[in-house]
Amino acid sequence: MRHLLGIEGWRRDELESLLDRAKAHLPGAPDTTHLLRGKVVANLFFEDSTRTRTSFHMAAKGLGASVLNWTHTGSSVSKGETLLDTARNIEATGPVAIVMRHRSSGAPHLVAKHVKCAVINAGDGTHEHPSQALLDAFTLRQRWGSLDGRTVLIVGDVLHSRVARSNLHCLKALGARVVMCGPPTLIPPGLESLGAEVTHNLDAALPRADAVMCLRVQLERQEQAFLPSTREYARLFGLNAAREERMKAGAVVMHPGPINRGVELAPAVADGARSVILEQVSNGVAVRRAILEVCTA
Amino acid sequence: MSSTVLFRRGRVIDPRNGVDGVRDVLVRDGKVVEVSETLLPVPSSAEVVDATGKWVLPGFIDLHVHLREPGEEGKETVLTGCRAAVAGGFTAVVAMPNTKVVNDNAMVTELVLNRARAAGLCHVYPAGAITKGLKGEELAEMGELVSAGCVAITDDGRPVMNASLMRRTLQYATQFDVPVMVHEEDLTLSAGGAMHEGTTSTRLGLRGIPASAEVAMVARDLVLLEETKGRLHVAHVSCEGSVRLIREAKRSGLRVTCEVAPHHFILDDRAVGDYDTHAKMAPPLRADTDVQALREALVDGTVDAIATDHAPHGVLDKQVEFEKGINGIVGLETALGLTLELVHAGVLTANRAVELLTHGPAKAFGLPGGHLAPGAPADVTVVDPDAEWTVDAHQFHSRSRNTPFHGRKQKGLVIQTWVAGHKVFDKGQVGQSKESR
Repeated sequence: MRHLLGIEGWRRDELESLLDRAKAHLPGAPDTTHLLRGKVVANLFFEDSTRTRTSFHMAAKGLGASVLNWTHTGSSVSKGETLLDTARNIEATGPVAIVMRHRSSGAPHLVAKHVKCAVINAGDGTHEHPSQALLDAFTLRQRWGSLDGRTVLIVGDVLHSRVARSNLHCLKALGARVVMCGPPTLIPPGLESLGAEVTHNLDAALPRADAVMCLRVQLERQEQAFLPSTREYARLFGLNAAREERMKAGAVVMHPGPINRGVELAPAVADGARSVILEQVSNGVAVRRAILEVCTA
Repeated sequence: MSSTVLFRRGRVIDPRNGVDGVRDVLVRDGKVVEVSETLLPVPSSAEVVDATGKWVLPGFIDLHVHLREPGEEGKETVLTGCRAAVAGGFTAVVAMPNTKVVNDNAMVTELVLNRARAAGLCHVYPAGAITKGLKGEELAEMGELVSAGCVAITDDGRPVMNASLMRRTLQYATQFDVPVMVHEEDLTLSAGGAMHEGTTSTRLGLRGIPASAEVAMVARDLVLLEETKGRLHVAHVSCEGSVRLIREAKRSGLRVTCEVAPHHFILDDRAVGDYDTHAKMAPPLRADTDVQALREALVDGTVDAIATDHAPHGVLDKQVEFEKGINGIVGLETALGLTLELVHAGVLTANRAVELLTHGPAKAFGLPGGHLAPGAPADVTVVDPDAEWTVDAHQFHSRSRNTPFHGRKQKGLVIQTWVAGHKVFDKGQVGQSKESR
């Protein structure tokens, strides 16, 4: 048993082994429903999520597990129960793993210190979203074989993005160069010391990228004056058809979803030939099966 | 208990009076009578403390302590806070007003003083609130608070965000000559922040509190200080920009003093590790460059006092998501060991370290004690500078255990604490309170 609290701290060989294992869970691969048959996986979601929760649900089912779906709405949390009490109560039902989404960075780390089963971080605050980074890396490996020497450009609200942090750790560990791009108000300090290159000029960075990963603009943060408007954001950092034309031949477009069409991605780009966005979603289930398998082994 | 005590052959370090050497110290009826280089005759009925190989120091004075009474007695009371104080070598503490009920009126001041008298362990000097209910809106009755025994006024834990109100506070306080003690934090810059803004906050995905949240307010208040000719004490200074401004202000003759907490000169923001709420405090642990700047300011005299910001909290306040964790750590029982880390590292001389714990704070607030000249209060702390020990939060005399230093090895231990000639702490045991003596 091991936890997946973040990508940080995982070695390259461990990540590669997990990604290699995910191939065995792609559609058409041999049946794996025996792996967690008779076991319970608890989905503990303190924050709204559709695609990650569904993806983990399908992954657990695909391994033969029963899934306990717990959501914060209408739960004991609204009666004032602490996170640890909730987690301990869920643990008492006997799951082999708790898959956890929480709005506070570090919440899965707290739970992991107090429960015996595996804790899998399905997104914590603005910290990490490791399964998303792994499925992104898996998708890129499908295309390229290896990430060595490749450049991935991550564009947008890096400050509030757990996807960006996990991808930075993951892509760097797998040999890629990571460039972060966004307005200075949405780029946190110290990214360089974590291994990223930083730019505020998308047009300059774009032609060098082998993949462009757009981050969702969190419209709910508009009121906090990080940006003058989504209109200006789209003009400076949106990936539109004109910019797409200046991308490297063969370079791909990624997005963790949900997309704000017309803001970070023009519809034609989101649905265009370079887009691997739906491949990311499909690969998510295979990668999450591998995560459950490795963490509960 | 004898009213005459002779501390025999200890190394007396008394920075105010320029003493650093082996001395006999004779105290009688609560006062220091004589400090002698030569052996003194032992008076009849005197208790003799063999201090050979030990340091005999003025009792430590902590300008910044939260005793939590009234209102949060589950975390600490005046009695348990005093027990922690004397166990840490402190003979006097200044009690912050952000209790529940707030100390913004004489009744609360008197309650704290009464509880302190009943505890009978160390001197407790209440600080009164700047504003009623710490709301930052209306001035509390400062004259009444000072008359009742408050030695400073502060909304500690809360900044006075309204600059005009802060200006009037500094003006109004001049008639009482008490320091206005300030928690410097621009709430619009720190809003939503859980730790220092830097590489670690980026890595952990926690909203950062920039250093400018503190420095900008220090700058504002120094401007107001210059204009009002008031007296300002900056609490728990945490960053390089603040000490730079305070240093310049002191050079230009402003009446500004400041304190630094041991956790801010020992730890940097990396101590948050993987969301350790025991490393969560306000102001937050800063960058290593800030730690370095604080150490330089301790050496060069910019900092007047080491103060603990002793902030007891219960387990449930800390065993939560980092963002929800309550700020603060207990500090009274670890202050000496952490200060001596700087002495052992060659950063501070023993003399300067003792000054920061004794005469420095006494002078900043105009309090009695802090030195051992004849006539001074017989508040004495005896330290074994060579004793090696490990911090064990479970052994704290404080009612709370919230410290990031549990398990840390220390060199230098408080052996005895004497207040007004009475032994109140001896080899790990707190003495009886005055009522039961």
